[in-house]
Amino acid sequence: MNGQAQAPAPPEVSSLRMIATLGGVALLSGVLVVLAFQFTAPYIAANKRAVIETALSHVIPGAVTRRIYTLSGAELVPGEAATGMTLYGGYDRAGRLVGIAAEAAAPGYQDVIQILYGYGPGCRCITGMHVLQSKETPGLGDRIAKDPAFRANFEALDARLNQEGTALANPIVTVKHGRKRNPWEIDAISGATVSSRAIGRMLNDSAGHLLPRLLPLLQRIERLEPERGDEAP
Amino acid sequence: MNLPADRNAGPTLDTFLEGVWRDNPVFVMLMGMCPVLAVTNSVINALAMGLATVFVLVCSNALVSLLRNAIPRQVRIATYIVIIATFVTIVDYVIQAISLDLYNALGAFIQLIVVNCIILGRAEAYASKHRVWDSVVSASGMGLGFSIALLCLGTVRELLGSGSLLGFPVFGEGFQPWVIMLLPPGGFFVLGAWLLLFGWLRERKTGRPTETETETAHGI
Repeated sequence: MNGQAQAPAPPEVSSLRMIATLGGVALLSGVLVVLAFQFTAPYIAANKRAVIETALSHVIPGAVTRRIYTLSGAELVPGEAATGMTLYGGYDRAGRLVGIAAEAAAPGYQDVIQILYGYGPGCRCITGMHVLQSKETPGLGDRIAKDPAFRANFEALDARLNQEGTALANPIVTVKHGRKRNPWEIDAISGATVSSRAIGRMLNDSAGHLLPRLLPLLQRIERLEPERGDEAP
Repeated sequence: MNLPADRNAGPTLDTFLEGVWRDNPVFVMLMGMCPVLAVTNSVINALAMGLATVFVLVCSNALVSLLRNAIPRQVRIATYIVIIATFVTIVDYVIQAISLDLYNALGAFIQLIVVNCIILGRAEAYASKHRVWDSVVSASGMGLGFSIALLCLGTVRELLGSGSLLGFPVFGEGFQPWVIMLLPPGGFFVLGAWLLLFGWLRERKTGRPTETETETAHGI
């Protein structure tokens, strides 16, 4: 081709050898990946537990002990189960239930945002929100995790149910910065409206779905059962 | 990427240093631009991405070099990708085990190391033609050059964008952070400034390059 020397043709290789090479490398890859997974799994699980523990202390103020429950259908059972929604109950020093925490998620500006939020049965309100995972824009969207004014929205965010107990009395909504008028509204961060709205949307969806099922069952876990081992949050 | 004339001569200091200075993957070859621009909004992110890339680069190049005579040419790229993806998956687990905050900060760019052209480029252009030790030395130099470039960007962007270095405040409370430095445009500004500086330093050291010398391979 235009005087260029032709590259020598690659030597003939049998199909079996190509398959064997790829198969061998894939087998080696599988062994290495599984070994890495087995070695790191306990550390990753411990890191995830630590993140949840830190978050629980933020979203259930006053809790000194926690219990894990699973809401499966119309049943609230102690411990973690493979199916159902995992909930965290927070108890004060007297063993009284002061709050329940649950995870929620919704798409933000960059990716799915995951949060942990607390619900106080006494005030019938959301008592705290902690961002577990977010890839929102640094300096803008990621302020949902740090901005003190935004976090103040969740100190007593109204989450009462309607008279029938079937849905939230007032949908939790995010409003433009400076336009919050009602206790069920979230004041958005200026410049991070999409991320702020994602938080409002996931809280409204999650609380609207969870609370009508959970509240009739709360009396079963109002008191801390002393026979189980305590775990400090 | 100049190959040494004698491939059995063993690695030299130049084998190591070519990736750091003469063929720096970022400042000279403009390769791996996605992580360079995306994760350099803080020094710790830049450092973690640099170390992760060094690990994948060195391990994958060593294995490719080790298997170079056993891998048929027809399936070499598929084989290299499987090898690279293996080490990326391992480093993904390791970072999760070290710190979930760091893992979240690096986002999808850890998994995207698989398609970083520096790594596949070195596997194809160097490791598949050289002995293991040469490949390891060369990959270490390339990885170090890449990490230095990430740190150069991360330091400036964190200083100006957050007013801190490694999370510690530098300029005091009166400083108003330049948020744009943490955003994508800030990445381009700082990269441009470093390219200017690097080009000027090279020019001063070696004299003005001729037209043919300035032709370099570009990729992302």
